[in-house]
Amino acid sequence: MARLTNDNIELAREIIGRYPRPKSALIPLLHLAQEQDGHLTDEAMAHIGELVGVSSAEVLGTASFYEMFKMEPVGRYMVNICTNISCQLRGGEELLAHAEKTLGIRPGQTTADGLFTLEDVECIAACTEAPCLQVNYRYEHRISNEGFDQLVSDLRDGRRSDIPSHGVLAEIRQHIPADRRAGNVSPEDTATPDWIAAAGEGGK
Amino acid sequence: MITDAPQIITSRFDKADSHTLAGYEATGGYQALRKALSMGPAAVADEVKTATLLGRGGAGFPAGVKWGLAPENVWPRYLVVNGDESEPGTYKDRLLMERDPHQLIEGVLLASYAVGCGQAFLYVRGEMALAQERIATALNDAYAAGYIGKNILGSDFSVDVVLTWGAGAYIVGEETALIESLEGNRGMPRLKPPFFPAAKGLYMQPTIVNNVETLSNLPWIVTNGGEAFAALGAETSRGTRMFAVSGHVKNPGVFEVEYGVTTFRDLIFAPQYAGGILGDRALKAFIPGGASAPWFFDEHLDLPLEKVTVDRAGSMLGSGAVIVMDETTDAVKACLRVVRFFARESCGKCTPCREGTTWLQNILQRIQDGYGRPTDLDLLMDVSDNISPGITWPPKQTTICPLGPSAVSPIASAMQRFRPEFEARIAQAEEARHSVPVNFTKASSHG
Repeated sequence: MARLTNDNIELAREIIGRYPRPKSALIPLLHLAQEQDGHLTDEAMAHIGELVGVSSAEVLGTASFYEMFKMEPVGRYMVNICTNISCQLRGGEELLAHAEKTLGIRPGQTTADGLFTLEDVECIAACTEAPCLQVNYRYEHRISNEGFDQLVSDLRDGRRSDIPSHGVLAEIRQHIPADRRAGNVSPEDTATPDWIAAAGEGGK
Repeated sequence: MITDAPQIITSRFDKADSHTLAGYEATGGYQALRKALSMGPAAVADEVKTATLLGRGGAGFPAGVKWGLAPENVWPRYLVVNGDESEPGTYKDRLLMERDPHQLIEGVLLASYAVGCGQAFLYVRGEMALAQERIATALNDAYAAGYIGKNILGSDFSVDVVLTWGAGAYIVGEETALIESLEGNRGMPRLKPPFFPAAKGLYMQPTIVNNVETLSNLPWIVTNGGEAFAALGAETSRGTRMFAVSGHVKNPGVFEVEYGVTTFRDLIFAPQYAGGILGDRALKAFIPGGASAPWFFDEHLDLPLEKVTVDRAGSMLGSGAVIVMDETTDAVKACLRVVRFFARESCGKCTPCREGTTWLQNILQRIQDGYGRPTDLDLLMDVSDNISPGITWPPKQTTICPLGPSAVSPIASAMQRFRPEFEARIAQAEEARHSVPVNFTKASSHG
């Protein structure tokens, strides 16, 4: 797959429609492309550029800044182990070393069967639940070496249907019903908002 | 002091359906919105000003004052919600988004109403899939129920709340970087001045950027009044606040406590909070407000969790992240880990930070690995001084944003208190370098 599918084009148009300026939709659209293909392809980025009206170089410029966007194929499961200070104090580095042994790869690498990519990541906001990790951005809290091996074998044997493949982020999307929508506020729209004008407060 | 202050923002955390619209409505949800619509926008803003609600994102700027910084009669104004929680040690906004998304949304509506924002963007950290799902569901339900969108609850107040999300970059927690990201760009901070968001923010329009926890307080404040909120806490730190206590403690957790009166000792040692140091070992140091904050020690334990007091003592409460290190902690290793974080997350815009944080990491790494040089400690301070001249508190900076100076905090702290540990590591390295390797003498004798 390369360019966005028709279904995804429709979703992309809906997302773009929620922002006063189309380029603001760039990051959500890149996630959509990554959800479709598992990583970002040049074709998808070019297509997104067409949809929001910027060059593919600008799309790449934005995409390459953010860690979650992968320009190369990665495993079906991205295993992100936190080693930042709160986790380090509670065994995060030891967990990472154990994970390297279990998976037979170093951070940044993917297993030969294409199932797992391992990463040594920064704080993921589960500091009181250290050591912690994420698989495709789903949390595992206070995980032991045994717990990690169990997780890997469960993923291998398809026992974790709650974790979708890499690229799928939120499985529930926002949809604004047309009849409830207030509408985008354009930066050029300099009118005083109704409720401020009605209150006669002049925007204090 | 441990008090029985009410749970203002975590009151629903123990309820299984706290994230649903039904669960929220059953516990007083969206009543503050109804009340606000009858009060008028200025009265709502006044309540928040009376409450003296300090921003809970890190800088601790009063929210009511921040709202007032938008230039008068300049429209449109936008509200941007900072849900990009990623300061090491910080774990509260994710909980608020996952467990009580409607409380946050009601806060967004109240702020939009008071400030006059016709569109609000709720920016959630990219890595938080569940928070994104919970907020998407909550927004969909709240739209359907008439709480968001056009003519809310039959009034002339209309606002769209748009869920948007990031893709992995700590720096986007900085408000101008977040705005860049929301405009579809690389998340690099803007120069302040002139780009103070309240004057020139999203699309160069007045923009209020508020943290998730800050906004989550608004429904309670509007319901109970700003005075009731201000009656809690101390002079310059009102209400309650969430603190995450992590590291070497028996019961790591997130606790909502009365702001300004509860002490670090209470938080770290009280059985209802973190319960003391793991294995009853001695305390070595603790970080009082996230990785950017200078470290505290035994003598700081009895300080209250109060903004001005902690600022004066040489650190900050930052994002409410208390990280505890016991006596077994390797100061060099801990310092290296925190510095490495900032080196990895530097956006690369300013040279002192981009180059400096990387050099700091490399020097510390070589000390840690046993290759340190006697000149390295002065070198660390010299590089630090180039990022944050004088290495003072509050820090000065040669950079656009505080990320670079943040990397200096752990070094200044560790060197001030644990310099002998660094020196010992370097002395060991020196000894190894000057000793004659065993194999060398063997090799020569076989000459």
